[in-house]
This record gives sequence, structure tokens and C-alpha cells, in this order.
Amino acid sequence: MGLKEKILTKSLWVFHISAGSCNNCDIEILDLLTPRYDVERFGIQLIGSIRHADVLLITGAMNKKSLKRLKKLYTQAPKPCFVVAVGSCTCSQQMFKPSYSMQAPLDEIIPVDLYIPGCPPKPEAIISGIVKLIKKVNR
Amino acid sequence: MKLLFNYLIFPGFLFSLFWGGLGWWVERKLTARFQYRVGPPWYQNFIDILKLFFKEQVIPKDSFKPLFIASPIISFSSVLLVILFITQALFLKESIFQADLLVVFYLLITPSLFTILGGFSSANPLASCGAAREVKLMLSYEFIFVTSLIVVLIKSKGNLSLEGIISLQKSFPFLGSISGFIAFILGLIWLQAKMGLVPFDVSEAEQEIMAGIYIEYGGPLLGFFKLTRALFYFILPLFLILLFWADNLGWHLIYKYLIIILLISVIKNTNPRLRADDIVKFFWFLLFPLGLLAIILAILGF
Ligand code: SF4
Repeated sequence: MGLKEKILTKSLWVFHISAGSCNNCDIEILDLLTPRYDVERFGIQLIGSIRHADVLLITGAMNKKSLKRLKKLYTQAPKPCFVVAVGSCTCSQQMFKPSYSMQAPLDEIIPVDLYIPGCPPKPEAIISGIVKLIKKVNR
Repeated sequence: MKLLFNYLIFPGFLFSLFWGGLGWWVERKLTARFQYRVGPPWYQNFIDILKLFFKEQVIPKDSFKPLFIASPIISFSSVLLVILFITQALFLKESIFQADLLVVFYLLITPSLFTILGGFSSANPLASCGAAREVKLMLSYEFIFVTSLIVVLIKSKGNLSLEGIISLQKSFPFLGSISGFIAFILGLIWLQAKMGLVPFDVSEAEQEIMAGIYIEYGGPLLGFFKLTRALFYFILPLFLILLFWADNLGWHLIYKYLIIILLISVIKNTNPRLRADDIVKFFWFLLFPLGLLAIILAILGF
């Protein structure tokens, strides 16, 4: 694709949405910013406001309450933005699927660009996933 | 033609943006090294800013739209004006525009003021909280900076023009005297607070109020704020050098600039964030007496 996407992939600002996760995936995401993995060297930053976001990083199984907020946040994010599902919960709802408060899998609600399965996925897996996303966009 | 060249390329917009982006990168890289990280590549800030201009612009429905749109642009353009005044004194031999210290001081207040207005007009409770904190911050740091400006004025015997201040320091910089040194330290703390770096970053405070003032800004308008910030990284250290440390200019500017960036980076990485009321107390009850002392010493001729 064009220059626009190339620039976008060099400076991904990530907004982290925890849609009812067990907190393990969130900890793995924070690991990415620590000296050992340091994703800032790729220009990736964790930011606090949805208006700055280029990537929506979603963890957790999306229950009734967080689903509403998730849709709202997706409409609030300035486009172009990518949606990344981190963790088996977000990808497939795994063992929470029969639960009374589960609504629908994530990709039936908003378009998902990247799935990173694992419970929780290792930081290396998340980084390799992001590299795949960048390759996909640049192709 | 020459005027346009001076305004847009050297030493105006492009040159200062390039320098400022690099200075910002040096600061980010130093922060990363302090934390045993690798840090971003040198072009990171330019890419970040460029990317923002390609993004979609979202304007909140309840915001006061004219002010919301105008404030980033006004703050950017006023910094650009300041850059013109200061760089012509530092780099160019002839002067194109006439401006003195007071104009520069007022124009440097404008960006902070319009950041505050932009925060209030974006109709977000967290942004208003950040803007209110920034007001308190401004009342403290600008106040302190006035005292260090007074020291400069006493030393330059009332000479307000930037060229005059530089030429007075040819043989002996103001930094060399006791009062000048205190005023320089105050100026350094002013710089830290004005850029919103860590001990004084209550108005952005990512962990408490998300992005504070900038929370509703995104896309090109945030890009203008980032441009302002990059230009601040260029102009504020140079302004301090001009006021206190202007004995050798030319190539010597580079190491002086790097020393100042190193100092603010060390302050940033060794301090926790202060509360807004603590900042006011720190500035008014600790630094203001220090500033008064510097003024008295300057009057006595030290
Ligand atoms: S995928 Fe596993 S670690 Fe992640 S939120 Fe779900 S249960 Fe927790």
C-alpha cells in the first residue's frame, strides 16, 4: 500500500482496552514496554487517550458491559486504525463461551486485523504478531 | 526572496524543526538509556508528527469548535515567530525584524495559554482538570522566570534588545557571576516546567488523567501541538543560552545545547511527579526567595 500506511506502521500508538480480562494478558502487554523487550525502539508507544490511537489492543472475553464500551471506543478512534486481539479469550472466548454474559466473538462486532492466541501470549509472540501486521499492511 | 528563505528554511521553520526533533530524540534516547532500554531511532519524532497529519480529525460534538481548532494553530504560529526573533539574533548578522526581550517573553506565554484554552474548550472533564492544573503551573513558573529576567535586565543595564544582551556577554557570560548562576538555575527549572517534563507534568499526567489537556485532540490538530513541542525543544534551551551563556556562539551552541538537554533529562528521570499544590509551594516559597536573592545580588554587583 501507499506511503501513508508505511508511515503509520513506523509509529504505532497503542490504546489498550481491557474488556474483562483476567489481567494476565494485560501484564504481558506491560512487559512489552520493559527494558527486556522495549517496543519503543520500533516506535510503539502506549498512550492514554483513544483520540491518539493507531492500534486498539483488546484483551479479555468481552462481557455484556464491556461490549457496549468497546463499540463506542471503536467509533471514537480516528481512522485508519488497526484492531489487535490479544489472548485466547479475545480470539475465541475460550472456556468462557457458555457463560451467561458472553455476547458474541470479537470479529462479529468489529473488524479484527490480527489475532494473537495464547493464555496469556508471551511477549515474543505479541512482538512477532505485530511484525506480521506491519508486513501485511506494507504488502 | 531572502526573507522567505530566512523565514521558512534557515534559520526559520525547517531548520528549527529538524534541530528540535533531534533534540527531542536525544532526550528520549537518554531517558531510554537511563532505564536500560534501547530507545527509538533518530527519525522517530518526525515520523510521529507526519503520521498525525495523515490521520482522521475528530472534533468532539460538545466542544467549542472555533477555539478548539484555532488554539493548536495559534500556539504553533506564535512559537514560529519567537524562533524568528531569537535565531536572527543568534545566527544572522543583520536583523530583519525588530523585537526585544518583552515581546519574546509574551510570545512564549501564548502557546501555554492557548493549550489551556484548547483544553477547556474540548468539553472533557479530564481535559478541564489538566487545564486547571496547567493554569496553576503557569502562575508559578512564569512568575519565577520574571525574576530571572529581571536579573538579566539589571546585568545588561536595562538593555532590552536580544543583540544587545548577546554583545554584552562577549567577554564574560552572565552565567559566571553568582546572581547570574542562580538566575540560570531558575531558568532551567522554568524550562522543565514549561515543557511539561516529569516533575512538573501534572497537566498531562498520563497515569492519572490520561493525556490531560490533549485528551480530545487527535490527528492534525494534535500534530500542531507536537510541532509546537518540537520547536520548544529547539527554542527554549537556545533562549536560555542567549540570556545567560552567550560568550561563544556558532559551533559552541551545539555542546551548550546538549548540556542543557542532558540536565533536563537527568532532572526528568530522577524525580517523581509532584502534586499541583506542591508545585505552587515549591515555586512560590522556595524559588521565589531565591530569585529575590539573585536580584539583590545583581543590584549589589555580584
Ligand atoms: S487469554 Fe488467558 S490470560 Fe488472557 S485474559 Fe483470557 S484467561 Fe486471562
